[in-house]
Amino acid sequence: MSTETFLPGPDLVAAALPTTLFRFATAGSVDDGKSTLVGRLLHDSKAILADQLDAVARTSADRGFGGEGATGTKAIDLALLTDGLRAEREQGITIDVAYRYFATDRRSFILADCPGHVQYTKNTVTGASTADAVVVLIDARKGVLEQTRRHLSVLQLLRVAHVIVAVNKIDLVGFSEDVFREIEADVQQVGRELGLGSDGVADLRVIPVSALDGDNVVDASKRTPWYDGPALLEVLETLPAADELESHLESFRFPVQLVVRPQGALAPDAVAGGLDPEAYRDYRAYAGQITEGSVKVGDQVSILTPGQAPRSTTVTGIDFAGRELAEAAAPQSVALRLADEFDVARGDTIAAAGTVREASADLYAALCWLSPKPLREGSKVLVKHGTRTVQALVRNVTGKLDLASFGLEPTSTLELNDIGHAQLRLAAPLPLENYLHHRRTGAFLVIDPLDGNTLAAGLVNDHPGDHEDERYSI
Amino acid sequence: MSTFLTEEPTQVTNAPVSTRLSSLDTLESEAIHIIREVVAEFEKPALLFSGGKDSVVMLHLATKGFWPGKVPFPVLHVDTGHNFPEVIEFRDRTVERLGLKLVVGSVQDFIDSGELAERADGTRNPLQTVPLLDAIQRNKFDAVFGGGRRDEDKARAKERILSLRDEFGQWDPRNQRPELWNLYNGRHTVGQHVRAFPISNWTELDVWRYIERENIELPGLYYAHDREVFARDGMWRAVGEVSQPRDHEEVITKTVRYRTVGDMSCTGAVESAAATVRDVVIEVAASTITERGATRADDRISEAAMEDRKKDGYF
Repeated sequence: MSTETFLPGPDLVAAALPTTLFRFATAGSVDDGKSTLVGRLLHDSKAILADQLDAVARTSADRGFGGEGATGTKAIDLALLTDGLRAEREQGITIDVAYRYFATDRRSFILADCPGHVQYTKNTVTGASTADAVVVLIDARKGVLEQTRRHLSVLQLLRVAHVIVAVNKIDLVGFSEDVFREIEADVQQVGRELGLGSDGVADLRVIPVSALDGDNVVDASKRTPWYDGPALLEVLETLPAADELESHLESFRFPVQLVVRPQGALAPDAVAGGLDPEAYRDYRAYAGQITEGSVKVGDQVSILTPGQAPRSTTVTGIDFAGRELAEAAAPQSVALRLADEFDVARGDTIAAAGTVREASADLYAALCWLSPKPLREGSKVLVKHGTRTVQALVRNVTGKLDLASFGLEPTSTLELNDIGHAQLRLAAPLPLENYLHHRRTGAFLVIDPLDGNTLAAGLVNDHPGDHEDERYSI
Repeated sequence: MSTFLTEEPTQVTNAPVSTRLSSLDTLESEAIHIIREVVAEFEKPALLFSGGKDSVVMLHLATKGFWPGKVPFPVLHVDTGHNFPEVIEFRDRTVERLGLKLVVGSVQDFIDSGELAERADGTRNPLQTVPLLDAIQRNKFDAVFGGGRRDEDKARAKERILSLRDEFGQWDPRNQRPELWNLYNGRHTVGQHVRAFPISNWTELDVWRYIERENIELPGLYYAHDREVFARDGMWRAVGEVSQPRDHEEVITKTVRYRTVGDMSCTGAVESAAATVRDVVIEVAASTITERGATRADDRISEAAMEDRKKDGYF
């Protein structure tokens, strides 16, 4: 390799250094300044590049934005940075979840920007399903609205690890501590009602911000001397990611994606690189991504095949692209070799021995209904769980959540953006687990068998009458 | 050679399990999971391979996901007939090295048969859609992998990882399936196919850092070299058979590199002294212009250029 052509400064070195990944989503109501907050985060963390900023400045000027902002920067419509599609620009609204990327010297961020007004449940559920944290916006002038309660309710249901409430437009209430404390108390009250932050699964924090001016977004603001907590970005930089929490779990789970069995059809580049074709003639390994926990060579595991009793065996190897690992953890994609020559196929799950309850064909679940086509009792659907898809019959809908009062009301149907409880009968038993404890193996999709569209996000509940100590029966 | 920017794969073998994976390891793991899902659930996938860095990274991820077996799908190249010769040479060498089947859709063939007309501006990128859809239909590909990333532009930011296309290859941004957890719904009906974007969540810097870490070979024009160029539309355009200067455009020799490799008639070079992958990582980290804005003339036609082409079935 040639010599360096120039010596990079410390900022560039930091930008090119390894970081960890953190995924978060934003949720908010109409006009609470969510797009501005996202624009502010991207702008102040210097994720907005010169040509994008030029385009936004041109459009801002065309629309009559101008003058000097409170932070001394030329006022541009920060919301334009996140307006993606032409239809959205024409209508001045945001249609769909958009993904944004920015990095600091500590972390790379993936931001799922979820529109708030139409289909807020659909968008929030989608964004929150992969998020390590969700930022919920509240307008300081309006306080906790019904919409806020709905958002927090969805986040509690989805077990989002960290919920951050940003009380925005704090500049418009004169940076009043009293206003902030009152909203903070209301948020904590809602959190208590929902059980958010009380069970160690999720935590809840409240930050006063001005997205327009940048107060407490990237840097701590001097205009809120009564707030001694960290700015939003610092919080996002330091919270543990869900992967980190889930890799510690003792319940190793590995849905088998496919069997790697080249039978002589070895990769020519691997052979050219010295791989001995004879040694790999009978190679057989199970490829997948670890969804939680970790595995070591020598570990006892159970193979869960629907319709069969669990089979026990030992992990003899963990392979990743020619490297042999001694152990691996969520969310790594690897290939496992096993001691016994069982018939293991896609759709089976490999799990730590003794940690799984029996597969069941009766599925009790919360469904977040995401389709304009309503759910009816008696309809036939497909359930995709892990790497297996099975037919299912909707036996009954047992209730619909009132997201504002957190109560359950009787219903026999679910419509777009409803969240309800239902009982389904599966054509084959699945190793279902309670979503409360297993964010991956407790989740499933409901799919329309006719057109293949995704109808609902499903969260596995315990069977009625189940007790904690009956969960582990193997 | 300094090593401060080199990133080794996270050493899980020697470290406690609690060690966080680096962002590159997490992204790699996610991409391999998606590639394996598509291979398991579809009848006949193919990978769109142009020799460009994103498609080269895609192919590298596929080799890792199926090791020690061969990559279990063919590669598909839509040849505009205006490609850089060194990129075609790289493509053929890569296909040979990995023992892959190559399917080529040729824009020139469609122009010769009268099914496509050359545009007034000579740019052939927008003409790729027809041969692409033709190749997909004729080969009965039901899933096509692409190296598209969401950080490339505003339209891509809303694209799903598995994106359903109708009989005309069209993308309907208002009617996308919600994508939840790591459960990808690839169901489609006859005539529909799915575009799969496993490196959706990577940024340009991630791609370059990965190329450096994995020691992945790229076509030489990604690195600084001397080339005869002329200025047009605020970019440096290479002098070549299909890319000739007009009378008032002066030809000069500059040290340049390419940030994307596409149609010679519309892909511009940037002035750069970045001769190694390390130099490029530093340059990208410092860069203040997104790669499409810098070097693709056809994206400048209108702010919504990419969105319009995607709706028409372009990648």
